[in-house]
Order: sequence, then C-alpha cells, then structure tokens
Amino acid sequence: MSLALDKPRSPRRPAARRSNGELYSWLFMRLSGLLLVVLVLGHLFIMNILDGGVHKINFGFVAGRWASPFWQFWDLAMLWLAQIHGGNGVRTVINDYARKDSTRFWLKMLLYVSMVLIISLGTFVIFTFDPNISN
Amino acid sequence: MTATAETTAGSRGSQPPVPDGAVTVTVKIRRFNPEFDDEPRWDSFDIPALPSDRVLNLLHYIKWYVDGTLTFRRSCAHGICGSDAMRINGVNRLACKVLLKDLLQKGDKQTTITIEPIKGLPVNKDLLVDMEPFFEAFRAVKPYLVTYGNEPTRERIQSVADRERFDDTTKCILCACCTTSCPVYWTEGSYFGPAAIVNAHRFIFDSRDEGAEERLDILNDIDGVWRCRTTFNCTDACPRGIQVTKAIQEVKRALLFKRV
Repeated sequence: MSLALDKPRSPRRPAARRSNGELYSWLFMRLSGLLLVVLVLGHLFIMNILDGGVHKINFGFVAGRWASPFWQFWDLAMLWLAQIHGGNGVRTVINDYARKDSTRFWLKMLLYVSMVLIISLGTFVIFTFDPNISN
Repeated sequence: MTATAETTAGSRGSQPPVPDGAVTVTVKIRRFNPEFDDEPRWDSFDIPALPSDRVLNLLHYIKWYVDGTLTFRRSCAHGICGSDAMRINGVNRLACKVLLKDLLQKGDKQTTITIEPIKGLPVNKDLLVDMEPFFEAFRAVKPYLVTYGNEPTRERIQSVADRERFDDTTKCILCACCTTSCPVYWTEGSYFGPAAIVNAHRFIFDSRDEGAEERLDILNDIDGVWRCRTTFNCTDACPRGIQVTKAIQEVKRALLFKRV
C-alpha cells in the first residue's frame, strides 16, 4: 500500500512513534544466529576434530593462534555474538516467564551484569594475551 | 461433589430414553464454583451418547439431565458465534465443532473426555471465563476502518487481488481459541495475543484503510508481534482454519521492511 495523497489537505494523524528496540533485537537474533553457525561450527571443527582433536590444545597452540589477527577477530566475534545472542534469548525468556515486575527486573540485572562481565573479561584476554608470560 | 450435592439434578427434569447405538462415555470436567470452592476440582460424569454427537451435546446432557449447576457459554451451537471455546482433551476447540466419534477409543475401551476452561483468562465459574482481557487487547489494535479526509461519495473500490491479501483474517470469530492456546499469553498477560494481531492484520493489509501505520506502531511494542515464538499453537487451535502464525509473520515482515 503506497501513501497516495489524493486528499493532500486532509489532516492525517501521525502515528505515535515508538521505539523499534524489539524489532532490532528480533532481527539481531536471526543475523547473529546465521553468523554463529559458521563461527561456532568452524571453531568446533578446528579445536576438536582436525589434527588429533582436543589433545593438541595447549598453551603453545592458543598462543600460536592468537598471534594472527584473523583468529583474534574470529574469537572476539564469537564471544560477542554468542554472549549477546544468548543473553537476548534469556532476556525474552525472563520477559515471558517472570510474573512479578521486581523479579523480572532483578533477573535481567543479573543477566546483564554477567554478560558485561564475561564480554569484558574475554575481550581483555584476547587483546592483552602475552605469549611470553611463562618466561 | 461437596457443596453442590443437594443440587445435582438437571434443569430439564428426568433423563430421556437412551437412543439405539449409544455408548457410555466419561466426561471429566474441570469445575470451579467461586461461592464454595477455593481450588478448581474435577467432576466426572458417565453419560450415554451417540458417536454423531458433538461435545456440546454431552455438556447439554449433563446440564439438562444430570447436574444443572454446570456452567458454560454457548450461543449458536454451529461454530459461527465463537462462544463455546474450551480445552477438550488438552487442545482448544469449539465444543460445537468436535464430534464424539473422533474422540472415541478404539475397541471396547472406555472413552474419557476431559474438558477444561480455556487457559490464561480468569475463570468465573466452571467453563465460563472472563473474556474482558481478551477483548481489551482486541480493542487496542483499532479493529475498525480508519480513514482520513473527506468521505467519498461512492463506495470504496477494491480489486480482487487487494481483497485476497487479508481474506484469511476476515474469518475470525473472536472465540479466543488461538490466544488462549499461546504459551506466551499464559505466562504473561500483557502480550496482545494472536487474535488481536489477526484482527489488526485484517485492516493493516486492507487497501481501503489508512490506519496501518498506527496499528503497526502498536504491534511493534514490547507486547506486540515480537513476543511471538512461532509455536504454531494458534494455527492448530483456530476452528476457522485461519493461518494465524502466518498472519503474525506477515505483520512482522511489514514492520521489518517498513511497507505493507
């Protein structure tokens, strides 16, 4: 339906603009989900299946990977997307199931604090990782 | 059966003769009388019924000849008015559209039919629920033609293709089967619910209507379409066969791409 202005002088009540937050969060879930399929399955394959699987992982292996900005970016993207995607999912679950406003508020606060904590700790480690720490 | 023991008589007197071909079925009804009960309770009735009977006939039999205190809504009894939505064997159906022969157990096994009030709305008595929260959500989406400017002197013309877009959602009879089958609606009462969105869809996609933006903004809210988890309970429950979840998705798409 297009906005055909056949009555240009007629008063048209503008719709009350509301926030699009829920729309963007819904869209984010779809897009981040698609990305995470690639990132997480790729991660799983490299870490657990290729080259002897999980037994090859040690300090040296991680240090070697994070020497490359590509793997740093991969892990960073995976951390942020998985945290926000999962956190947003839990947020909708809390919205659906919490019965009291105060319960809903405190559960969400707990969720947000844990998300911020894990995201900042992970980001901090990825960027400040020092391969020579053992020396 | 405690407080109502002295009133267990039908409202129409003695039981009629049992017809040929009748089977005895157990009807288990979740009952609640606010004057006596603190908690809902289950009552069972063994009654004769024909396979061609509808579940509504069984309720009539109980009310007319066994226990006149049984309370439920029904009006047209032919699936048009949408009064007798209830949870039959765990799924939301119109009692006047479910045939007993579709519920009968195979072989000689005893058939038990459980009937509960629809979920998510306050129960007034037995199967009678307070529909006001449901209609409140319905009214909130402006389910009427919104136009601006001067009225045309002739009727508002619409092409067949334009009419086709919202044909499915014109079939809604507001029985609340869909809304009260929605898990999101059960747990948190502020969600508009499928029925309100279906009725918004009916006008949003109507080429003669000019209020689409207002309605889309209402449904873009935290209690609007984004609450839908696409569990398809509503589509399964609809006695009119409306593709309810599809309608909700079409509203989501209209919001996402900002076009109707």
